[in-house]
Amino acid sequence: MTASFLIRRIGYGLLLMLGVVVLNFLLIRLAPGDPAVVIAGEMGGATEEMLESIREEYGLNKPLIVQLGIYVGNVATGDLGESFFFNQPVATLIAQRILPTILLVVTAQVLSIAIGVFLGVLAARKPNGVMSAFVSVFATIGYAVPVFWTGIMLIILFASVLPMFPVEGMQSVKLRDASLFVQMLDILHHLILPAFTLAIIYLAQYARLSRASMLEVLGSDYIRTAKAKGASERSILFKHALRNAALPILTVAGLQFGNLISGALLVETVFNWPGMGRLAFDSILRRDYPTIMGVLFFASAMVVIANILTDMSYRLADPRLRGKG
Amino acid sequence: MTNEISPQQVTAYKAESPALEAWRMFRRNIPALVGVVLLTVIILATLYGTFFYSGDPFDIVWAPHEPPGVAPEFPLGTDYLGRDIIAGMLTGGGPTLAVGAVAAAITMVIGIAMGALSGYYGGWVDNLLMRVTEFFQVLPALLFAMVLVTLLSPSLFTIAFAIGVVSWPQTARLTRAEFLKIKNLEYVTAARAIGAKDKRIIWTVILPNALPPLIVSATLTVGVAILFEAGLSFLGLGDPNVMSWGLMIGANREYILDAWWPVTFPGLAIFFTVFAVSLIGDGLNDAFNPKLRER
Repeated sequence: MTASFLIRRIGYGLLLMLGVVVLNFLLIRLAPGDPAVVIAGEMGGATEEMLESIREEYGLNKPLIVQLGIYVGNVATGDLGESFFFNQPVATLIAQRILPTILLVVTAQVLSIAIGVFLGVLAARKPNGVMSAFVSVFATIGYAVPVFWTGIMLIILFASVLPMFPVEGMQSVKLRDASLFVQMLDILHHLILPAFTLAIIYLAQYARLSRASMLEVLGSDYIRTAKAKGASERSILFKHALRNAALPILTVAGLQFGNLISGALLVETVFNWPGMGRLAFDSILRRDYPTIMGVLFFASAMVVIANILTDMSYRLADPRLRGKG
Repeated sequence: MTNEISPQQVTAYKAESPALEAWRMFRRNIPALVGVVLLTVIILATLYGTFFYSGDPFDIVWAPHEPPGVAPEFPLGTDYLGRDIIAGMLTGGGPTLAVGAVAAAITMVIGIAMGALSGYYGGWVDNLLMRVTEFFQVLPALLFAMVLVTLLSPSLFTIAFAIGVVSWPQTARLTRAEFLKIKNLEYVTAARAIGAKDKRIIWTVILPNALPPLIVSATLTVGVAILFEAGLSFLGLGDPNVMSWGLMIGANREYILDAWWPVTFPGLAIFFTVFAVSLIGDGLNDAFNPKLRER
């Protein structure tokens, strides 16, 4: 991987983020009514002094292009405005909630890829077998179930029928003072249901995709060669075939990341997971626009970073791309 | 028995258009037919169900949390306010389906326009439009749709519009790829050689030939849009004056441990609708790509 590629990719990512900032700016202006009132929040009951200070801070009585400049400058220095509901800077609010979201999304992504690919590989061994039929049916069902409803069904199941996992929040109150290790276990325990809920949809898609991708690869000459030289089935499937079938899976994994964040928003709401999605939901109900825009900004940044990481791993996985700028 | 082909047979063979051939394949696909039947039943129930079963889904008609199958007047029970669940199920599907269809139409119009221009003209047009597409792919779709709906104030149309605005990039990419594949084929060159203008080539030469994958994608987009609408209504961002399946789940969410039925039935309705749509989509895909059927 060349450094110039990385620099170019990061530069492009920053450009996309600038786009998000401009979009945020335009969205606030798109809202009907006085932007100062919109920023203060319609539920806030803002006083005239507050409105005046907002007009001052955002330069709302200056020309639009100057306002845009001020806004971009503010964001660039980490100032995403103030939440008038929480009476805290938006950046602080998000900083408190970004880690739980990353934990949830990354766990769901890892779970869905690991289990999905494994099922897909097993299914590809026999294209007309039981496992293949299961993967197809499961993929169609997984696509059709609303993720928030899966979560609710799991809560009903695990809260009343099989009380094995906690169904709400991220930590038990009674363990707040326990040792770090116990707290970590507690968080993992709380993570299981939300992460699985989020993973199920994508798990089904990865299973179907990796089955198709494996079937394509398993027909190629080098697999026949591997078979001829007497390699074991496991080594053929996981060593020879999967490595080559992995590229389409990686592509989709990168593209799915944005959808995963959208799903996390619903899952966090259902499970009361204290992340950015939950914050976005609460803020939208309160029309707390600075916070909503801050979440949109950070969620987009997560997608941009995930895309850069995908591009990098793509180059690591495919030696043919390495030499190219 | 002779091997000669009669003139009638020749005409019969010629008469089969690609669309007819696809229909023949589709007709034999049992899951796809199940999907068609299921979707028809659901659409008929949401359109005409209230003729046979009247009742306002917002009316409080009975004690709260009546379990299903106990009171004969309310076979699916009542919700946390004592509202009839069947009435909600029958009236709540219409908005969901309508928003799904309109949102998918908006998605296809924007996506096809962007993809067609990008793929056909190439060069700086392609570059610009693809950067715009990438930008829209960076925004988490549901979050962006939530922001749009809140800013525009929720109504069925603004919801459909918001879903369309956040979902078109994939269609644009697909259309672009199809246009790139088709635009250098001989019949396009031939059309250009007889003096057809760009507009004519895009609309009457390339687009009809790019339609099969786009039809499949449109079907699946309807499914995604229905899930989107359900998600937004669940979060309480739907039109508050319109009953919908998502809203039923969202409204009863706090009480799931006391009563499972007010959330379970609407969820099943959403599931079966999207399931039917995706069976149809898969069937169309198989019908248009007979070679893929082996997989």
